[in-house]
Amino acid sequence: MATDDKPTVLEVKNLWVSYATDDGPLNTVRNVSMKIRRGEIYGLVGESGSGKTTLARALVRYLPRNGSITSGSISLAGTDLLALSPGELRKVWGARVTMVHQDPSKAINPSITVGEQIAEMARVHLGMSRAQARHKALEMLEKVQLPDPESVAGRYAHQLSGGMLQRILIATALTTNPQFLIMDEPTTALDVTTEAVILDLVRDLLREYQTAVLYITHNLGVVARICDRVGVMYAGEIMEEGSIQRVFTHKLHPYTLGLLGCVPRIDIDKRDITLHTIPGHIPRPDALPEGCIFGPRCTFNDNTCHQTRNPLMEVEPEHFTICGRWADVEKSIREDFAQEKAIKALDQKDAPLVLDARNIEKQFKLRRSGLSNLFSWKPEVVRAVDNVSIRVRKGATMGIVGESGCGKTTFARCIAGFEQATSGDIFLEGEALPYSIAKRSKSTLKKIQLVFQNPDASLNPQHPVGQSVGRPLALLGNVLQSEIDQCVRELFEAVNLPADYVNRLPHELSGGEKQRVAIARAFAADPELMILDEPISSLDVSVQASLMNMLAELQKVKGTAYLFISHDLAAVRHLSDWIAVVYLGRLWEIGSAEDVFTPPYHPYTEALLSAIPIPDPNIHQERIRLQGSVPSAVNIPSGCRFHTRCPRKIGPICENEEPPWQNVHRFHSICCHIPLEELTAMQVPVASETEEEQQ
Amino acid sequence: MIAYILRRLGMILLTMLLASVIIFSVTQLLPGDVAHVILGQFATPQAVENLREELGLNRPIIVQYWDWLTSFIRGDWGISMVSRLEVRPMIMERLRNSLMLASVSLLFYVPLGILLGVIAALNEDRLADQAISGISMAFAGLPEFVTGLILIGILAISLDILPANSSIEPQTSFKEAFPFLILPAITVSLTSLGYIARMTRSSTIDVLRADYTRAADMKGLPRWQVLTKHVLRNSLLPTVTVVAMGIGWLIGGLIVTEAVFGYPGVGRLLIYGIQRRDLILIQAISMLIVAVYSFSNLAADILYGILNPRIRLGG
Amino acid sequence: MQNILTARQIPASRISRTIKRLRRYPATLIGFTLVGIFILMAIIGPWITPYGFSDQDLSNRLQPASAEHWFGTDQFGRDIFSRVLAGSRDVFTIAGSGTLLAVLMGLTLGMVSGYLGGAADEILMRFMDVLLSIPPLLLAMIILGTVGPSRLNIVLVVGFLYIPMVARVVRSVVLDIKTREFIEAAKMRGENSGYILFREILPNVLPPLAVEASMRFSYSIFLVASLGFLGLGVQPPSPDWGMMVSEARTWYNQAPWVLLYPAGTIALLVVGVAFTSDGLRRMLLPGGVSG
Repeated sequence: MATDDKPTVLEVKNLWVSYATDDGPLNTVRNVSMKIRRGEIYGLVGESGSGKTTLARALVRYLPRNGSITSGSISLAGTDLLALSPGELRKVWGARVTMVHQDPSKAINPSITVGEQIAEMARVHLGMSRAQARHKALEMLEKVQLPDPESVAGRYAHQLSGGMLQRILIATALTTNPQFLIMDEPTTALDVTTEAVILDLVRDLLREYQTAVLYITHNLGVVARICDRVGVMYAGEIMEEGSIQRVFTHKLHPYTLGLLGCVPRIDIDKRDITLHTIPGHIPRPDALPEGCIFGPRCTFNDNTCHQTRNPLMEVEPEHFTICGRWADVEKSIREDFAQEKAIKALDQKDAPLVLDARNIEKQFKLRRSGLSNLFSWKPEVVRAVDNVSIRVRKGATMGIVGESGCGKTTFARCIAGFEQATSGDIFLEGEALPYSIAKRSKSTLKKIQLVFQNPDASLNPQHPVGQSVGRPLALLGNVLQSEIDQCVRELFEAVNLPADYVNRLPHELSGGEKQRVAIARAFAADPELMILDEPISSLDVSVQASLMNMLAELQKVKGTAYLFISHDLAAVRHLSDWIAVVYLGRLWEIGSAEDVFTPPYHPYTEALLSAIPIPDPNIHQERIRLQGSVPSAVNIPSGCRFHTRCPRKIGPICENEEPPWQNVHRFHSICCHIPLEELTAMQVPVASETEEEQQ
Repeated sequence: MIAYILRRLGMILLTMLLASVIIFSVTQLLPGDVAHVILGQFATPQAVENLREELGLNRPIIVQYWDWLTSFIRGDWGISMVSRLEVRPMIMERLRNSLMLASVSLLFYVPLGILLGVIAALNEDRLADQAISGISMAFAGLPEFVTGLILIGILAISLDILPANSSIEPQTSFKEAFPFLILPAITVSLTSLGYIARMTRSSTIDVLRADYTRAADMKGLPRWQVLTKHVLRNSLLPTVTVVAMGIGWLIGGLIVTEAVFGYPGVGRLLIYGIQRRDLILIQAISMLIVAVYSFSNLAADILYGILNPRIRLGG
Repeated sequence: MQNILTARQIPASRISRTIKRLRRYPATLIGFTLVGIFILMAIIGPWITPYGFSDQDLSNRLQPASAEHWFGTDQFGRDIFSRVLAGSRDVFTIAGSGTLLAVLMGLTLGMVSGYLGGAADEILMRFMDVLLSIPPLLLAMIILGTVGPSRLNIVLVVGFLYIPMVARVVRSVVLDIKTREFIEAAKMRGENSGYILFREILPNVLPPLAVEASMRFSYSIFLVASLGFLGLGVQPPSPDWGMMVSEARTWYNQAPWVLLYPAGTIALLVVGVAFTSDGLRRMLLPGGVSG
């Protein structure tokens, strides 16, 4: 891009970082070289355990006590960072290098006002007086577009939303106009609509400040949206590096190819395609394979791969890879990628209903516990779920999508019976269910099972995983005691786990393996309805892909109906036949997956689709952004409850009247005041290829 | 904030009310009749009956309790069964001495414990930490009579630099009493010192690992500023509560230490009361101690609320 | 696929890791050793002590340590080593039974309170708060002062006093575990409360309970010894450690060993138990609760 002629700010050569552990030294980062120029955003992508955070901390020499840089060099605009004394280093930190941390709610000191946390930077590094520094803080808060900087500056972290806190961190990091900025997963903790707004802000600000940036993320879509160059990191080494355009179009390393193939996309209808997966695990730094470190997991490997480990080679201008077979990889892209497999050919519109949930409402009373209640005022009511109706048919998947706090998980828990609905009817195969799980019969329990979000908490740490899968068989599975072992083994096989795992304790398994056990446990009861509550969101993309494939396969074989809860629209689109969009406890749009993703959309759906970063730099997305944050479910806005943030608001009618349901056709409905024809006229498809950037 | 204080106050009053029930009923467990205890086993039945009448022992137990509680609150703490003197002036005089000893101890062990805890945290798992943690753990486990007697053996008897016996006159002024307070104060402090140091260490380690501490480091602030402004402000917050919870220990320590050094405080008066089975005295002292303990906890809660913006400004 | 999954290495076994970690904490090793020696002595004590703990030999009063009397003799010519050993049995039985009582009751109450929640929890915990609002030594003194310090009474008082602390720890673990998703998974398959309480929750309560129990044991020794010193311990002629120290004060100028050996023994045991408890915390709750 246009940065080629700019001066180099950061230059790293052959960097090795090692941790001293009880099991000996771990070389977590090996032989990494990189260059970042002024005004350039360098995206560093990799899955967990790839060493990207260690690399970032090594670059600024801020490693944990047992970590050390064993060899290599780091130069920041001519300064050799490794030669600095700790005192000199502190003068570089904050003045020439700054960092934006992952979770803004943890990276801001809870007992100091946010204004002071910016001002202290200005005092220490810019030599400003108290008054000047205060003024500078307000100026920076304005720069990151926070409304009413005066009042924000005087507040504490707990009084501000995640999006606002992240803006404050960005403001802090830019206060001293540093040469180099590290952003470590700055938007991972945020909702997708907030993320989109922050990404826009980051891109605009960095263009203005011309800072050299290392942007760490696991999200390829984010890289495609804001970075100029990208380095793909795997097990402590860089596999491929180059400009965004080159890397995303000519993938020259099988790992990059694999990662991109793992990610479902909202812009391409790949619902009937099996996602690419990467078998196996990242090796530990003390047990690297011979030859190419990606070799054992690579589909391209041949004998030479197991013998030689290549350095990073420049195979095109400014495009590096360590794969010796890059030419084969590039050639394979067009042929290999689309091995279509029609998993869901069946048109289920007339399949029997499994779940019919009508007008479900759930309200929580906010109250402090017990006796202290005597001293508090009347309880406030949170309307977590407000009049939601959902149907799921046999063999089909209903995806419920919405941002955090929209009530989707509460709804799922009402269906499962963990929360007792306040009102509404739940019919399972035509039979009305009691609200509480304690009142449901064994035959009902058998029919509904749930896979939880967090695999660490969903398995008892003290029970061997085989036992966790065996119990539901014994209780609900109609299986003879003597056959349980055999059934457990079959279930393990169905979820691609080796049978000898049955005796292991959960802490001996990886996150993905634990989730496989949890899925096996849920299938042990052979349910009619499977509730999947964000089952993949805590896992790495390659693991997500293999789990999604497995879930699709299991559904095809067993004909189970899925209720799939997720905040990830791309995953929902990939896995679902039907999609319901939820905001603030209400349903706003419902329809088949294709319909929901084509205009007309509900304005909220439209904003969600526009916010999602698509892992392809050649895609143009309409820029529709939601301002502010989700209102509290205690004080729900009048009229259409989306009107406070709606970019398509048409007038007082939105504030005063509940919007009507409008049918686009028999299977697609939208709840909005804007007539469907007008919506169709003003909206465009999710994404389109950009012509001017095509090469 | 006001709602928070009122809630805490309500809880503490309720707790004290229930504690008074426990103290009253425990002291009523005394085998035999109080009147018998006072008059001795050779008293005539008539004398016993007269005394029972005088003490109100013929009334239902609930009435006795209520009467006792209300007069305690009014300040009428009764007449000692042994010395036949008003117990309140007797206790208040001793209370002054105990508070004197407690304050000297608190002023010694709280700052020192915090300092040691912070030093240990900054050197986590290094030699300084191992030494501080090990020694403070050892001292925290040693009963006061063991440390007290060893200190007397070394500092008073072998080196003869401090008095071994602190049985001063109850009305001695603070200035004159001070030399006699040093050894008992060190004795009381050693147990609590280790406790404060350990708790400060663990909360400081938590804060040192927090993202916002890393963020402050990465801002390039001077190290001492990161420590005082960003770390200690957060890590010492729980210490407020820890100190208040430790008051219970301190009170136990005072009782034993006063016995070791013969110091005229509430603790020794209590032991005296127990030895003589002076019911009235025991009840009054126990209630007083519970009140002091509860209100120091209340004070800590309020201080915590003031220092913590989350509570001060609401969440 | 299969071979890749199995080829993934399992982290080095838990035990060898723990041992490696322990080597870095000499205090823990000291603690284990001390407690081991004390337990051994308490068990084999009666067979190796040359004298009975109350055998008087007035011709041999206040003798310093010698080959016959390892710790010397006291004001009645009794062998201090024998008395200290006999006293250690008392400490283990009294403080141990008290701790056991507190642990069993605290476990029961904590499990019930945490699992049931609601009003039962509220009432139980309020009651625990009340007990905690009275300093333990004070409560022990007024109870033992009125009912008299028999062996059984001391055990009951120690047990009773430490129930709230144990119950609180257990309750907080139960409250945490109760909200974990594997409990909901158990409800999904229709497990009864008994299974959930004893098979799902209890195994997760045991590690923190073991740490808490070892801490309670060290506090119990502290409390029992202090009560003994105040004259509210096991009554003579039993060789109560606190009482021995208290009486020996009279003779300190003439014969400091009468005081120092029992006092030193108490110190060693208490320190050993405290270090052991800290070691258990490191092993059983890695990266867990601090304080």
